[in-house]
Amino acid sequence: MAEANKSLRVDVMRSQLGRVRGLGAAKSGVGHWWGQRLSALALIPLSLWFVASVLHLLGASHDAMLAWANGPVTIVLLICLVLATFYHLQLGLQVVIEDYIHQDAARLALLIAIKGAAVVLALACIVSVLRIGL
Amino acid sequence: MKDVREALSVARNSEGRMVKRPLSPHLQVYRPQITSFTSIMHRASGVALSVGTLLMTWWLVAAATSEDAFATAQWFIGSPIGLLLLFGWTLALVYHFINGIRHLAWDAGVGFEAPQYRHTGYATLIGTVGVTLLLWLVGLVIW
Repeated sequence: MAEANKSLRVDVMRSQLGRVRGLGAAKSGVGHWWGQRLSALALIPLSLWFVASVLHLLGASHDAMLAWANGPVTIVLLICLVLATFYHLQLGLQVVIEDYIHQDAARLALLIAIKGAAVVLALACIVSVLRIGL
Repeated sequence: MKDVREALSVARNSEGRMVKRPLSPHLQVYRPQITSFTSIMHRASGVALSVGTLLMTWWLVAAATSEDAFATAQWFIGSPIGLLLLFGWTLALVYHFINGIRHLAWDAGVGFEAPQYRHTGYATLIGTVGVTLLLWLVGLVIW
């Protein structure tokens, strides 16, 4: 059976440790994993609060919205929500892109675009929150 | 043979012939199960919620810009397309929220046995529909 197909012979010169490392484990994945879980944990109370706020503000006038967004507690909660949301979002989209986009150049371009967009949108939200509230 | 990953994907089939193994489970050959369905939906709802943050950003930026800009944003959200997007956003958020807690429980080692993850899977689907409808009922009453 050994001579069945020599063209598929395994002839990679590599130590066992090197082979394991080559699979991609134990590099920077743990940090990504923890970041995703901790931001998920933060988003549990924050998103509950945000949904309640949106319900409260349904069809609200501009003045009512400004009045709601005024004050340190709302400002801090909104900024926490924005930071946790966009941090969690870019970690999640990163994995989706890495799973489905196999071309190196396209994958890198999309990763940069997603992470850049997350930073810009988060900043737009935070500056708006500060402009309304301060 | 180009790299290690390729080397590891070589094996013998049931007839003893050397073959290249498929890289990953192919969705189209498996019967849909509650576990695979909830997993795929978690990813899909996450992507949908990412798109939904554009609406949240618009709403906040408009409120900080001017009364007119805010009125435009409020008008869009109240339009049929806006309401449809908002309903989809609610559905995605509630699902991702409940199933996310299920994932966090698994990470803590809870609920990872066969009957449990099936039961919580169905409970997640039922809960998602129930909570979404409840939120919209409350929203429509307030509105």
